[in-house]
Amino acid sequence: MNLRPAIRLASVAFGLATLLSAALPAGAADSADPAADAKAFQNYFTTKFPKLKLADFVNGPYSLNEDMHRQWVEKEEFPPYEFSLEMGKEMFAKPFKNGKGYADCFDNGGIGVRQNYPYFDEKEGKVITLELALNRCREANGEAPLSYMKDEMAALTAYMAFTSRGKPFDIKIPNDPRALAAFENGKQYFYTRRGQLNFSCASCHVQNPGQRMRAEILAPALGILNAMPIYRSEWGGMGTISRRFTSCNSQTRGVPLEPQSDEYRDLEYYLSYVSNGLPISGPGARP
Amino acid sequence: MKMIPRRMPIFALAVALVLLGATSTSLLAAASEADFNAAYAEAEAANKQAGALRDQWTTTAAALANAKKAAEAGNFDAAVAEAKEAEALAKASVFQATQEKDAWKAEVIR
Repeated sequence: MNLRPAIRLASVAFGLATLLSAALPAGAADSADPAADAKAFQNYFTTKFPKLKLADFVNGPYSLNEDMHRQWVEKEEFPPYEFSLEMGKEMFAKPFKNGKGYADCFDNGGIGVRQNYPYFDEKEGKVITLELALNRCREANGEAPLSYMKDEMAALTAYMAFTSRGKPFDIKIPNDPRALAAFENGKQYFYTRRGQLNFSCASCHVQNPGQRMRAEILAPALGILNAMPIYRSEWGGMGTISRRFTSCNSQTRGVPLEPQSDEYRDLEYYLSYVSNGLPISGPGARP
Repeated sequence: MKMIPRRMPIFALAVALVLLGATSTSLLAAASEADFNAAYAEAEAANKQAGALRDQWTTTAAALANAKKAAEAGNFDAAVAEAKEAEALAKASVFQATQEKDAWKAEVIR
């Protein structure tokens, strides 16, 4: 029997397997199917909360509790994010020192585009979030970057989200193994326990949504980013997605990563993709 | 039968006490700056390892800061104790991160 073809075939198979395992995080290869992940993710929450419509999940804890829902309806008459929204609108319209503006950096002049962020940039090979794109726009036009956590960044993203309200999240994963790896990295981050309290994001937002943690009702992970940025009573002000991620890490007694680190960008990519089809509702308000 | 002198037990007790005293003195000897530096370096190394695994704990950082503060105040006993606490926490975070490299998969919604 001639073994040479068999050996050659085995070598090619081994080579392909090595390449795939290098591109994806450990253990991801067994489930690298984002569409199936998103379907399972949405099924999990709609089964857990059968009375809710899919779009209701973007309202977080306010959809899970009748009393809170009533409070929220009243709150929306004079929403606490209103000042930030106004500030964001003014900032967005004000030209940079070089005469250009934010509108020059985004498709459709930056209006109604929130649902497309984050996206995977195939040139750079990385995930680009809206917050990152805004700061890159500033820097490209000779302006200093803003803090990723609150105030001006929250105001700008609030305005851009507001112009996109009702548009469903439309996050794409291009046919690029690096994009798939970014999605899988985000998934891994979401489910990995960390901090002295040994919590993952999923511990609260998958396993316990609707339950109380001290005075708070935990939000479901489905649709959790659709309402960003948010005015949070606990913060006494506005906060961005970066603020949400870093404060969650701190609450588990973990040292947060730097805002817009690769891990957080991948996490945002994963969480946004699995909420595809749910409408943008930001800016939002939370307890 | 030869009688044991009555003084003997008292003498033995005295020797025992002296020995015990000497031992406990050496056990409870005040920690030195060198002890602190060694303990702090161990804790920092473990925390650096946790950092490489992207899983440092805030409590480790707090214990390291407390250790440094105590050392600056010249309280090396407390400084060494805090540094050892920091090292234990850092090692626990390294264990967690190592464990989670695979354990996270069990929590994925399927």
